[in-house]
Amino acid sequence: MDDAPAPILRMRGICKEFPGVRALGDVDFRLLPGEVHALMGENGAGKSTLIKVLTGVHAVDGGEITLDGSPVSFTGPLAAQQAGISTVYQEVNLCPNLSVAENILIGREPRRLGRIRWKEVRRRAAELLARLELDIDVSAPLSSCSLAVQQMVAIARAVDVSARVLILDEPTSSLDAGEVEQLFRVMRRLKAEGIAILFVSHFLDQIYEIADRMTILRDGRLVGEYLTSELGQVELVGKMIGKELKDLETLENAPKDIAAAERSRPFAEARALGRPGSVEPFTLTIHEGEVVGLAGLLGSGRTEVARLLFGADHATTGELSVGGAPVTLRTPRAATNHGIAFCSENRRAEGLIPDLTVRENIILALQAARGWARPIPRRTQDELVDKYVNALKIRPADPDRPVKNLSGGNQQKVLLARWLIVEPKLLILDEPTRGIDVGAKAEIQRLVAELSDGGMAVLFISAELEEVLRLSHKVGVLRDRRLVAELPNDDDLTTGVLMETIASGGRA
Amino acid sequence: MSSDVLTAGPSASLRGRQRYLPVMVTAGLLVAMFTVGGLRYEAFASGQVVLNVFIDNAFLLVVAVGMTFVILTGGIDLSVGAVVALSTMVTATLMTDHGWSPLAVVPLVLLIGSALGLVMGCMIHYFDIQPFIVTLAGMFLARGLCYVIGTDSISITEEGYTAVAQTQIALPGEMYVSVSVVIALAVVLVAAYMLHYTRLGRNVYAIGGSEQSALLMGLPVARTKIAVYTISGFCSALGGVLFSLYTLSGYGLNALGMELDAIAAVVIGGTLLTGGSGYLLGTVLGVLVLGLIQTIISFEGTLSSWWTKIFIGLLLFVFILLQRLISARRS
Repeated sequence: MDDAPAPILRMRGICKEFPGVRALGDVDFRLLPGEVHALMGENGAGKSTLIKVLTGVHAVDGGEITLDGSPVSFTGPLAAQQAGISTVYQEVNLCPNLSVAENILIGREPRRLGRIRWKEVRRRAAELLARLELDIDVSAPLSSCSLAVQQMVAIARAVDVSARVLILDEPTSSLDAGEVEQLFRVMRRLKAEGIAILFVSHFLDQIYEIADRMTILRDGRLVGEYLTSELGQVELVGKMIGKELKDLETLENAPKDIAAAERSRPFAEARALGRPGSVEPFTLTIHEGEVVGLAGLLGSGRTEVARLLFGADHATTGELSVGGAPVTLRTPRAATNHGIAFCSENRRAEGLIPDLTVRENIILALQAARGWARPIPRRTQDELVDKYVNALKIRPADPDRPVKNLSGGNQQKVLLARWLIVEPKLLILDEPTRGIDVGAKAEIQRLVAELSDGGMAVLFISAELEEVLRLSHKVGVLRDRRLVAELPNDDDLTTGVLMETIASGGRA
Repeated sequence: MSSDVLTAGPSASLRGRQRYLPVMVTAGLLVAMFTVGGLRYEAFASGQVVLNVFIDNAFLLVVAVGMTFVILTGGIDLSVGAVVALSTMVTATLMTDHGWSPLAVVPLVLLIGSALGLVMGCMIHYFDIQPFIVTLAGMFLARGLCYVIGTDSISITEEGYTAVAQTQIALPGEMYVSVSVVIALAVVLVAAYMLHYTRLGRNVYAIGGSEQSALLMGLPVARTKIAVYTISGFCSALGGVLFSLYTLSGYGLNALGMELDAIAAVVIGGTLLTGGSGYLLGTVLGVLVLGLIQTIISFEGTLSSWWTKIFIGLLLFVFILLQRLISARRS
């Protein structure tokens, strides 16, 4: 690749630490003029941090950034923008109440003696959009345009402000297929004009359609830079997850009595359940005593499936039956009444209340189920809490300690205890072992196995394929917000097979 | 299908027109009120009745103009009524008790009002405090300062000032307006020009649409936010001057609750309290609606003036619901 043109942007040895976390360690990155360069990696791999360091949202702790050969250090997105680096985010940062033309040109309106020349504003905006082959009524308010058009307007503004480096951070997440095609047309056109585009997306197909090269990050470190044409999807997934195929296939796979789980009564049955923009219609049956694993990359729709089953989002299509009877879950409370419990992925924001004690956090769901008018007697509280603190080995075993002072693994156990106490029939666990140490992880896995032996249905979501394989009776594979395959966990199912399914979308 | 995605479609211009809907509703209401009044009372349907509404509410109009700037950014200014009172007090005491010339007093009063607004704007922006609580503090401060100057009403006897106050500018058809009306309308015109033809004005709308976006688009958010509170302070002080021209006195209890009248006028004029949407023309119509309610009640003769409040309350309810419906239909 030495014959490539000189990079317009080069980042060398970038390091960034947040308190207690090394977000980026010694990452190199370069961007050539006239290319679309995909930045790949799972959530938490450091993609957003790299972009934020580049655009001056965060200061670098080490390493240097050069733009056009001269070192730069931006104080904020504005300074970066003035130097020629513009970012368009997934959520469009424009003013919905202003017209399309004004959104493109505000702050830089053509004026005469301080008076804005509106005709000139509209003419220039239309000209800019025409350059992107867009035909939009520039005097329409932005709020009347579709999200795709709004994004194009944001790109038009970015290109007009500074036309050298354009960062598109997950621009396609809420676009439909036709709109994505439009966006790609615009990107190809800008590329032809010599603009360097940094593109972030969770959708592998889109990467392969539009990107020339990609840089892969994992755990804040650089995995490598590859030409898209030379790296297959399976290898890409392997590099993102950090496992080579041959390593994975040798992993042991505990035998499961799959047939027994299939024989038991179905507890929850989703038929073509879906919600546009969240997850495409899927059909999934969870039997009593069965652990159903959900595998897929982050952002593939795993959590969205869980939220639909828990009534946190409304399904707009399909139907769901619980215990044989059709139900409509309008709220999480309705789901709780049907015996469904949900341990959310984000335990700090959506689960625990950090300032309450361990006891108060554990008792919360049970108290909510009883209603506030019937407080749980202190003695019953103590018995229940003691039982679960011991059963789950929550350390320190002090129910009066604020839960924020516990380690991540113990916080996760507190959250589990909260839902176990209401004795659910279906327990949805979203990434229950993320960010906790090995010991706690093993304990939670053991607990899941015990619960399913006791007849509880479990939906187990995890980014770690080994873990999903070890626990599940069957595995649903998600990709691009679609359930692409449902695989029984028999002897033939390995993490390698799972990875291939994720990479190929179940088409192989 | 690609062209479907990219052309905003014929509905766009329709929805564009929908932006003027609240103002048109207010205009329709005004016409309806005037028609009903004209049918019901003799001597109601004359030009002078309309002009009298302007004469009696010139100060409110000026204050509401300042309030429109603030509300367009999504803020609120509760201090305006107190600043009006303080301005009448300063004007009266300097001219009556200290013998100052109006030519010195008026600029000084305008300066005090602007400075108060500037300080409140700085607090709101740099310390990131809600405008509600900052301007509430400003309200208490200004109202309290009135009593430092004096607890009684001070009448203004300065000759030049009273001459201006009593000047009637003749219009064709034996109608007339006061100097205050001319000043108020000039303020409206200048403000409308600022809002629609200067960067400051467009930045006001942008901040009201999304402050975060305005910041990321590189607009001078700090300067604009401080400017709107300064403008509101200036308008309140000017409103106070006009108020003292109207009553020829200064009193600490003047303009009690005028901030709420101003907010009501702005909202009835179709400006969204969340900011980013509204027109000065709407504010003018809003002030006229409030004034016309008072006129109708005084023509009725038997009704207590408190009925004004009842009608304003009902109207506010209707207009808030209307705004809600319009914004719900947009999304």
